[in-house]
Order: sequence, then structure tokens, then C-alpha cells
Amino acid sequence: MARYDRAITVFSPDGHLFQVEYALEAVRKGNAAVGVRGTDTIVLGVEKKATPKLQDSRSVRKIVSLDNHIALACAGLKADARILINRARIECQSHRLTVEDPVTVEYITRYIAGLQQKYTQSGGVRPFGLSTLIVGFDPYTGVPALYQTDPSGTFSAWKANATGRNSNSMREFLEKNYKETSGQETVKLAIRALLEVVESGGKNIEIAVMTREKGLRQLEEAEIDAIVAEIEAEKAAAEAAKKAPSKEI
Amino acid sequence: MKLDTSGLESFVPLSAPIDDLCPDLSAPPTFDLPRSADFDGFQKDAIQMVKPAKGTTTLAFIFKEGVMVAADSRASMGGYISSQTVKKIIEINPYMIGTMAGGAADCQFWHRNLGIKCRLHELANKRRISVAGASKLLANILYSYRGMGLSVGTMIAGWDETGPGLYYVDSEGGRLKGTRFSVGSGSPYAYGVLDNGYRYDMSVEEAAELARRAIYHATFRDAASGGVASVYYVGPSGWKKLSGDDVGELHFRYYPVAPSPTEQEMAEVSPA
Repeated sequence: MARYDRAITVFSPDGHLFQVEYALEAVRKGNAAVGVRGTDTIVLGVEKKATPKLQDSRSVRKIVSLDNHIALACAGLKADARILINRARIECQSHRLTVEDPVTVEYITRYIAGLQQKYTQSGGVRPFGLSTLIVGFDPYTGVPALYQTDPSGTFSAWKANATGRNSNSMREFLEKNYKETSGQETVKLAIRALLEVVESGGKNIEIAVMTREKGLRQLEEAEIDAIVAEIEAEKAAAEAAKKAPSKEI
Repeated sequence: MKLDTSGLESFVPLSAPIDDLCPDLSAPPTFDLPRSADFDGFQKDAIQMVKPAKGTTTLAFIFKEGVMVAADSRASMGGYISSQTVKKIIEINPYMIGTMAGGAADCQFWHRNLGIKCRLHELANKRRISVAGASKLLANILYSYRGMGLSVGTMIAGWDETGPGLYYVDSEGGRLKGTRFSVGSGSPYAYGVLDNGYRYDMSVEEAAELARRAIYHATFRDAASGGVASVYYVGPSGWKKLSGDDVGELHFRYYPVAPSPTEQEMAEVSPA
């Protein structure tokens, strides 16, 4: 059995791990993904590239659930994602079995990040080429949470974040426009952030909404179209208000 | 004596390549059998010989105010009493305690190990581990050592977010959730008193007295139990030791001696 004793991810003279940075490049080329945390709702949104006519679009779900109360979206190499998601799902069940309790969002994020880090410090393997957005509700306190991990294995909690293609513009938009929202407002905020970088329309966006009571729900194309229409209408109204001369001084 | 299992033979390929992937299938599968008359049950005696009897009495029960845990303090080696002052209630952490029955070293070590794991869980997850989780950790460890001679019959009692918790865990790998348990050679006697006097809505003092009496009665009849009856209470703010009474003194407290008339007469006569 060949033993791999040569590390691929090694330090450069100026302290960089180039393999990890190249992995981050791969993430930057992946499709856009956004996550927004509201007070009682968490929304994940992903850019959907145009599906080839013969492809069954239902087989390419980009937002997956890890357990009843945890969901994940990612940007980067989708094949790597599949492996990471499978390991995370097993860990969720293993935790339920050994301590008779569901995982917290922080625990499973720590596990996934730990896995990503292990592959930056092992012989013969390359890092996972994806960043994940993990959302869920704490099973004991019911508090919503949004975490992000990246190929280096670091993770942190966010109120709203974006990853993948054009994530900087989306993050800038979110920084400017974020406020505590709930319910449909959270969904709208996520879609507005995505629309900054994605062609508008229900068939280019995939949205999933998670609530404490109902768990994860993927929105139908028609629903997304309706919300997009609402947003465009609001935008048009705002434009019109700006152009009209203000009569009160 | 080799058992002929040719009747169990499966289809054999004509060419039989012999290497790691495809072992030779042409010979009928056989296995050696022990040379004794009763080859089904000969091992049972051997297992019974090494199975240490759990000479002790411990009990625990859940009631309205929390969990009451009590134990004796005698250690015996066969007919010899090696100690009357053994601590059979082990403090895992400020809100969880475990009882010891079986091998003292096994119980002490694995309870301490469980305490370490509980603390690590707290540090990693920023929340206390539940009694269910802690008992499951212990049960899984004991199961992995199953058949290797560990002797542990313990009850994990504690208070967590869901309220009072009580689990029985043993070295066979069993784990039971319950409201009333007694473990050890004196447990039948303790169960008699405990089941008779148990009510869910007792006060802490009543429950402590019930636990104390149950241990006392077990030590009265069981030779392997004795010493000091310790009683611990686990409530919302953690565990607290309530009492530790010598069972000899408890005996005279429950059954005070009144001098009979003849004894009194003789006591008056003797100085003269």
C-alpha cells in the first residue's frame, strides 16, 4: 500500500500556503452564493447557471440540508462539496447517537472547518476547493446562526455574507443595506444582494428559506419570480421618487 | 473431534485459483470443537468464575425535588472485610455524581475519565453536557471493553437542562434510563424498602430518610454491605452530601433497645 509522505501544501518563503490560496481562487470562480440571517428566518441563495436543455435540473440542488435544522450552500468545486457534505451528514447523525442531542450550528461548522484544515496538513492530498455557508437554528435556544468556512479551515459567524463569483460586490451591498429583518424581508434582502451580480429572473436564482418551525424550504421558480418583480417595482418607485423634484424643503 | 459440515457446502468452482482474493473453496468448511461432553455450556462456568460479584449496596431515585443517591461503604474480598470506609459515590463534576459497584479501580478510573470527557465537551461546545450524553459516553466506552473483564455497575445521576436525570450503566454495555435503581448484592433488600416507601412528591428530608433506611436494611441482611450509609442529593444547583451515618448507630436509632424486666432486676441486685 503506497504511503503518501510528501506534503503538497507547504509554506512558501514568505509564509504563504499557495495551495490554499489557489483553492480560494477556485472558490472565486465558483457560482455566487449568499446567506442572510434574520431574527426568525435564515435565507440561502445561489446563482444558478443556465441549465442545458437536456439536463434534469432537479438533480443539481445547490442548497442541501445536513440535518433537520441545518442547511449548507457552497461555492467552488462541486465534487469536493459532495464529499464534505456526506462527511458532515454522517457527523450530524453520529453526534445524535453518542450524546442523544442534535448538533449545534457551531459544532458542525467546526467539524467541517476542521476537515478542510486537515486536508491542508496531510500528505498526498490537496485542499478542498470550496467555501461553505452553513445556516441553522440552535436546537436548544432557537437562535438563528450563519457561519462561513473556507479552504484554509477558518470559520466565523456572520449576520450576512457572500462567497463565490463577485462576492465582494455582494458583500459591499449587504454592508450598505443590512438591517435586522424577519420573514419575507430577509428573503428580499438576500435576493436583492444576489441580483446585484446575477441576471434577474427566477431561473437564474435558487433560494432556500429556513425557519425554526418548518425547517428548510426551497422556493419555487414562480415564487422567486414574484419576489423579483416586487423588488424591481420597489427599485423603479425609488428611482422615480429621486427624479421627481422634492417640493418640501 | 471435527464436525462434518459438508452439508453446508456451497457450489464449488471447477478451477480453484488460490490467492488472497479467492481462497480455496473445494475443502468443506470445518472448525474445531472443544473436547468435552457439554460443548455448548462449558464456557459458562469459566465466565462465572471470573465474573466478580458486586458486593455492595447503592441506590438512586428521582423525586419531585431532584435525585437522591445513597450507598454503603464496605469493601469485601470473599469473607474478609477489607475496608469499612470506601467512598462509593464519586463526584464527576459539580452537577453529576456516579455510584460505584463492582471493581473499585474500574469504577474510580472510568468515572474520572468521564469527568475529563465532560469537561472537554463543556470547553468545546460552551455548554454543559446532558446526563443522557454523559451516561452514553460512559456506556460506549464500557461496551468497547466488553468481555475484557471490566466490572462496573454504576448509576449516573445529575441535573441538566431537562431537569433531573438518572441512568444505570454497566460493564456489559447496558444503559437504562429510569427513576429508581439499586445496584449490588444488597439491592434486593434495598428495593424492598425503597419501593415500599417511595412517593414522587417527597421533601428532600423525607427522601433522604427513605434512602438512608433502605441502605441500612440492606446492610442489616447482606454480609457484603456495611460501614457508613452516605446520602447525596442532586438538585438544580448541583450535588450536596446530606449525611454519612454509621449503620451500627442507625440500627439502634431505628430499633432502640429497651431493657427487659429481668435485666433491670439483675442490674439492681449485682452491686449487693
